[in-house]
Order: sequence, then C-alpha cells, then structure tokens
Amino acid sequence: MKIAVFIKQVPAVDTVKIDEDTGTMVREGVEAELNPLDLHALEAAIRLREANSGTRVTAVTMGPLPARKILAGAIAMGCDDAALLSDRKFAGADTLATARVLAAYVKYAGGFDLIFTGERATDGETGQVPPALAEFLGCPALTYVSGIDQIDSGKAVVERSVEGARETLLTPLPAVFSVIKEINKPRLTTLSGKMRAKTVEIPVCGAADLGLEDDVIGLKGSPTRVTKVLYPKVIRSGSKYFMAENVDKAMEALRSYLSEGGFLDFANERAAAR
Amino acid sequence: MKSGGEVWTLAEMREGALHGSALELLAWGRDLADKRRARLASVVLASSVGEDDIERLAIHGADVIYIAEAPELRHFLVDSQTKTLRDMVRKYNPDIFIASATTQGRTVMPALYAALGTGLTADCTELDIDPMNGLLIQTRPAIGGNVMAEILTPNHRPQMCTVRPKSKRPLPPDDTRRAKIVRYSPASESAASLLARLSYKQESSVGAPIQEAEIIVAGGKGMKRAANFQLLRELATELGGSLGASRMAVDLGWVPYSAQVGLSGKSVTPRLYIACGISGAVQHIAGMSGAERVIAINTDPEAPIFNSANIGIVGDAMEVLPRLIAEIKQAKGGRNVS
Repeated sequence: MKIAVFIKQVPAVDTVKIDEDTGTMVREGVEAELNPLDLHALEAAIRLREANSGTRVTAVTMGPLPARKILAGAIAMGCDDAALLSDRKFAGADTLATARVLAAYVKYAGGFDLIFTGERATDGETGQVPPALAEFLGCPALTYVSGIDQIDSGKAVVERSVEGARETLLTPLPAVFSVIKEINKPRLTTLSGKMRAKTVEIPVCGAADLGLEDDVIGLKGSPTRVTKVLYPKVIRSGSKYFMAENVDKAMEALRSYLSEGGFLDFANERAAAR
Repeated sequence: MKSGGEVWTLAEMREGALHGSALELLAWGRDLADKRRARLASVVLASSVGEDDIERLAIHGADVIYIAEAPELRHFLVDSQTKTLRDMVRKYNPDIFIASATTQGRTVMPALYAALGTGLTADCTELDIDPMNGLLIQTRPAIGGNVMAEILTPNHRPQMCTVRPKSKRPLPPDDTRRAKIVRYSPASESAASLLARLSYKQESSVGAPIQEAEIIVAGGKGMKRAANFQLLRELATELGGSLGASRMAVDLGWVPYSAQVGLSGKSVTPRLYIACGISGAVQHIAGMSGAERVIAINTDPEAPIFNSANIGIVGDAMEVLPRLIAEIKQAKGGRNVS
C-alpha cells in the first residue's frame, strides 16, 4: 500500500506578522514549526505501515525551501521518504490553488492508496484543502476521522467524530482521511530516526515538474483575494474581584453579571417544566 | 445597483430533521439579499423533507426553497451531496452560497468549491455587500484571531463561505411569509455514493456540542483533578450549558477531546463563557475570543485570561463554584415558590 501524508509548516502562533500591503503572512524571521495537528496524521500513517508489510509512507509539503525541515522531522518519526513541492510560482496560493498543486503531485507520483492530513492547519484554520484535494482526485474525503477500524484490499471502515455523535463509514480506497487529534498519541522521534533523516534525500518538485500552468497556481490561480487586514483588539472591561478581600462583593458581581445577561432568568424553564 | 443572482443558504439536515443552523443562515442571508435586491433561498438535500420544516424556512426568511429529495441523500455522504449541489449550482447560478461551519458544512463546501473552481472563505464572522460593486465582503479571523482578514471572490461564482454556528440568531418568525418551492430531481449518478454509513451513535454529554452551545463552562489545569470537573458539569447543567476544557485538561485525560476549546480544539461562539482554572494561553484565547461575554475564575491575578474577561474573580474555582451553584439553585427554587 502506498500512503502519502500531506503536512504543513506553520508559524509559531504568537510571533506572526502580516504584510499590510499584500495581506499575506510574513514568513521571514518568524519561527516555523510543523502544524501540531499533522503529527496525528503522520502517526496514523506510520502505524498502518507497521501493521501492513510492503506499505510505504511518503511525507509531502508545499512550501518554501526551509520547509524541508518538517519533512526531515517526518522521516525521523518513521516516514520512508518525502517530497517538497516548492516553486516561487506557488506563492500567494489560496486553499484551492494549494489543493491543485497537491493533487498534481499525487498524479505525478503515480497515485496513492491512502492520503492522510491533519484536521486543519493552526494558521489558516480552514481545513479546506483535504476535501478539495479529494475532489480533484475524484475520491471520497473522510473528514474528522477519529479511528480506523479496518483496512484491507481497497476498502476501509473509519469512525468520524461529528457534533455529539460518532459515525462509521465504509469507503473504497483511494481516499483522503483528515484525522482529528483524538485518533492517536504521536510518538517521539528517536535518535536513530534522526540519523536516518540525514541520509534520506528529499526531492524538490516545481510547477514544471508537476505540469502545472501558471494561471492555475499561486496568487494567479486563486479565486479569493485578501483585500484588507485588520488587527482586532478584543476589549473587555476586565473588572477584577478578589475572593480573599470580599467574598460577598465578588459573588454579587458574578450574580449581577449573569443576571444582566439574562442567564438567571429561569421563568421560561419553569413554565416548560410544568 | 441592478438586482443580482440569488443568495443561497445550505439548510442542513441532521438525522432526518432540519438543523437550527438553517434558520441562522437565513438571518445572515436576509440582509445580503436585501442589499443586493436578490432572492434569498434555502437549499435542502434529504430523502424527504417534512412540511413543517419547509414552513419553518419560509417564516424565518426564505423567499425560495430548493428541495432535492433522493433516498441516497438520507444521510450526509459527502460525494452525493457535492455532486447534487454542483448540478444545482450549475443549473440555477446563485451569486452567493453560504453554509454553516459544522462538520457537514466544513466537509461539503470545500469539496463543492473545488468541483466548481470558485472561492471559499471559512468561518466568517462578518458578511456584507460592497455598495459599489455588489461583491460579498467576507471577514474572517486568522492566526488564532490575531488578525481579521477581509476576503473577496471577485471573478468566480458563486461566492462561497461558511459562518460559525450560533453566530447569529434566527429572525423572528413571520407567519404571513410564503416561499416559492422548487423541487429538484437529483440525477441518479450524482446522488449515488461510494460511501456507506454503517452506524451512527449519539454520545452522551452535558448539554449541546460545544461548537453549538450558548453557554460554556470550561475548566483547565487549575481545576487540579478530574473529580473537580463535576463542579463544572453541575454549573453547566444548572445554567443549561455545556462543558468545555483547555488543552491541558484534555491532555491530562480529565475531559474528552470533543470538549477542547482552542487552536488545536474547537473555536466556540457562545453567549457566555465561564473559564475556571484556565490561565489563558494564546492558543486557548484563540478558540474562545468569539464569546459574547466572558467570566474568568483563577487564583493568579496576573493570569492572561483576565485580559479576555468581562468579569474576573481572583480566587479558587473550588471555592467559587459551589457558592455559585448554590445561589443558582436558590434562585430557581426560591422563585418556584412564589
């Protein structure tokens, strides 16, 4: 079985800046890390490889050259190999243009039986790429996957976590699974893994390798445009009451605040109970 | 400005019944449709749609209701929905298409925009129409709410977006409103799915799922141990709310992941958020900054959570909560007597 895991480099949350002219993130000088939710996608793939002989796991990311670092980390964790999709022409891509590049890579690599992704990236927070990728590949997108019950001969049974419920679905493969954090506990990388990562060569694929025309990728191939960026300040009055100083005053503040908001109005509830 | 194509809203069905988000979307869409002098539509995909559900959509603001019925559309299966919606969009050419950012909306909309080759903006907190050109202005938070971005889809149609559940209240019902019903017959090859649903199990939890909760009582590491979460459950139950948690509390195994609020958990938009023993890491704030009102209870007066709270109680949640629960019980009981 051939498995791909699409991962993403994200800026460390508290250090991000935005270019006010272009509305895009300034990635220079900001510390980058692997999207934490992607660890669960890598772990899910590596576990399948361990349980099924002859399975190969490839970690893939689209990003600037330094994104090679997260691919090396994926190999250190246990992936067999990796590919970096990098080209100046990919810059400014929205989720649609990104999914197109990933889909082109899947075809270029001769297809995969299974593609894993994290639920969403912690920077853009859209989670739009996995279903878009599946659509471009003409295969099902299984989102919010919390467990894989069974996987064999071109079929899989997966559990999805949806609002207040769990559902299990039977899907043919290939398919795209975007997994949630709950699916597993990612392993730590070992020293031998890190050593191996140094010996594995990571190929770089550009637009020309993937046969992508300029007008479907990058900013040019993106239907959406960021036109303005605002820095909101969430202003809350933040009055503080100290239990150690005056318990009654603190409790009174709580009570009146709840009451103001109508949260202590139980009249309807009582009427409904009758 | 000349009148534009229709504004569509996806009326989500859950286990055979219309989900409340369908009415919230009509509240979002009504203003946009009026500004564009366009018709506002609900689109329902199901095995069958009840008359009372159709009536609810009409009295809450829909001018048109598109109904696509097929046995294969009984459950949410992403491929049947995507293909059917793709066919409908191509046939009727709406200008704007909005869905709720539920697990269904966040699955079908990204598949659909890829099938149509248009733009999609996730989790908008504001939508407006540009008076100059009639374009949909989509505002969404990014990077953990540190920035708000205005996003346009200038040249592709429909302009697609999702909005968070519970971020707008349904319009008051107007019993005199009538909607035009358009029945659409899905093509059988479009309604067909590669997937099969084998089981569906409801999970027991306190209150609504946090993404849809009006009130959330959340706890963090400062609750000290799993058993103390009982206080939070009790308060949530008394207020009619749901239980939430910080990543720390989830990683310690005190609360299931489905309750996690924050960057690696859920983003929530309740009317009231009560944070107990939560220090307020950037990642947590990112998930709850959309709350209308915030109460924080923490022993550390310097905890960053207080900067995101309307009311801060500096004290031990284990001391504050029992008092608060007792007061609420008294308020309920006391007024029952009168």
